[in-house]
Amino acid sequence: MATKDIIDTLAGIEPGSALDGIRAKRVQARDNAQKSYLSLFEPIDAGDVSLVERAAVALFVIGLHREPTVAAFYRTKLAATADGARLVEAVDVEIARGETSGPYGAFPAGPLSVENKAGLIYRVGAERKPDLGDRLVAAFEHAHLLVFRPRDAAAADMKALLAAGWSNTGIVTFSQLVAFLSFQVRVVTGLRVLGASLRRTANVAAGA
Amino acid sequence: MSAASNVTPPVVFTQDELGWVSWIDPLPEAELTERHFAGLVDRSRSKSEYFRLLVRDPEVLEARTKTDKDIFYNVADGLPRAERELAAAATSRYNGCIYCASVHARFASTYSKRRDDVQRLLDEGVGADLGERWNAVVKASVALAATPIAFGPDNIDELRRAGLDDAEIVDVINGASFFNWANRLMLSLGEPSK
Repeated sequence: MATKDIIDTLAGIEPGSALDGIRAKRVQARDNAQKSYLSLFEPIDAGDVSLVERAAVALFVIGLHREPTVAAFYRTKLAATADGARLVEAVDVEIARGETSGPYGAFPAGPLSVENKAGLIYRVGAERKPDLGDRLVAAFEHAHLLVFRPRDAAAADMKALLAAGWSNTGIVTFSQLVAFLSFQVRVVTGLRVLGASLRRTANVAAGA
Repeated sequence: MSAASNVTPPVVFTQDELGWVSWIDPLPEAELTERHFAGLVDRSRSKSEYFRLLVRDPEVLEARTKTDKDIFYNVADGLPRAERELAAAATSRYNGCIYCASVHARFASTYSKRRDDVQRLLDEGVGADLGERWNAVVKASVALAATPIAFGPDNIDELRRAGLDDAEIVDVINGASFFNWANRLMLSLGEPSK
């Protein structure tokens, strides 16, 4: 039986449950998913990406996944971050503005072009730009690209982030953040669905 | 910015070995410190442009690499290696990561000895008919990769009917989820080269 980590908390996995037992057999994967979370949200060096930027991007990314439990967690985190509370409303408005379904985008020109799928090219609304600032505006537009149409990413997108004040190291951390959240929300959703299925089976076996 | 003007990008999914070129500056090998080597986990990764780029944030890279290794290499419990690689390849095919798909399709072929089936996944896409068990793994991986996530009770039922137990289903969830992490780094920080 292990102490609950962030995935257990978000997926509703209780100590001693069947899923806790399965996760406990993979200590390294479990511990390092937790360390990934901590190194992104409680970093030893936040010089290239501030804590409020991390929390704002997290709420935006998870909001786009329309996963309410996980989004509520990151909304609370943003509200609790110094200078974060004032951003919550703007981020929520931008989530609604960016909602769509993915993945879509274009493959390199050639035989795969027949699989190209057009979709929303999201840009931050002009009225929210002053609240968010240049760095977060660029970050949200890039995060939307990464969430829904990663195969559209191009060298020019790196230039846009650099031009908005992101350093090379900041771009790496920010990219890891969006990509990690894409992993975390899927593990949480998958384990929650499996857990519900196991509870149903247990109830049937118990004649409930 | 790294010069990438001489790159010849692949235009189809392939099991061939590909290169990968960064669009922003990796750390030079000469600048790597012990903190960076800890982040690389395997010292030999200092030769890779991709890992010398990611090691700009060594703590995240270290944790990510160790997550990756356990999800894919720790086969003491759960799914056979071939099907973990299949989940990674299917996710990469669906998201459109030609580089990740090449690596993990190759691994799936090596461990399953079903190279032609793996190639059909690459050629025809995630709808290719690969038999009940593999179809269930591919379908679950694709449902997880969709945004919003489309994975639901039907996927669990299908995996169970195909013979997977709970620990194996957790491996499908972890393997497919992990490639939503990997694909987004490989696709957005640089590009594959032939």
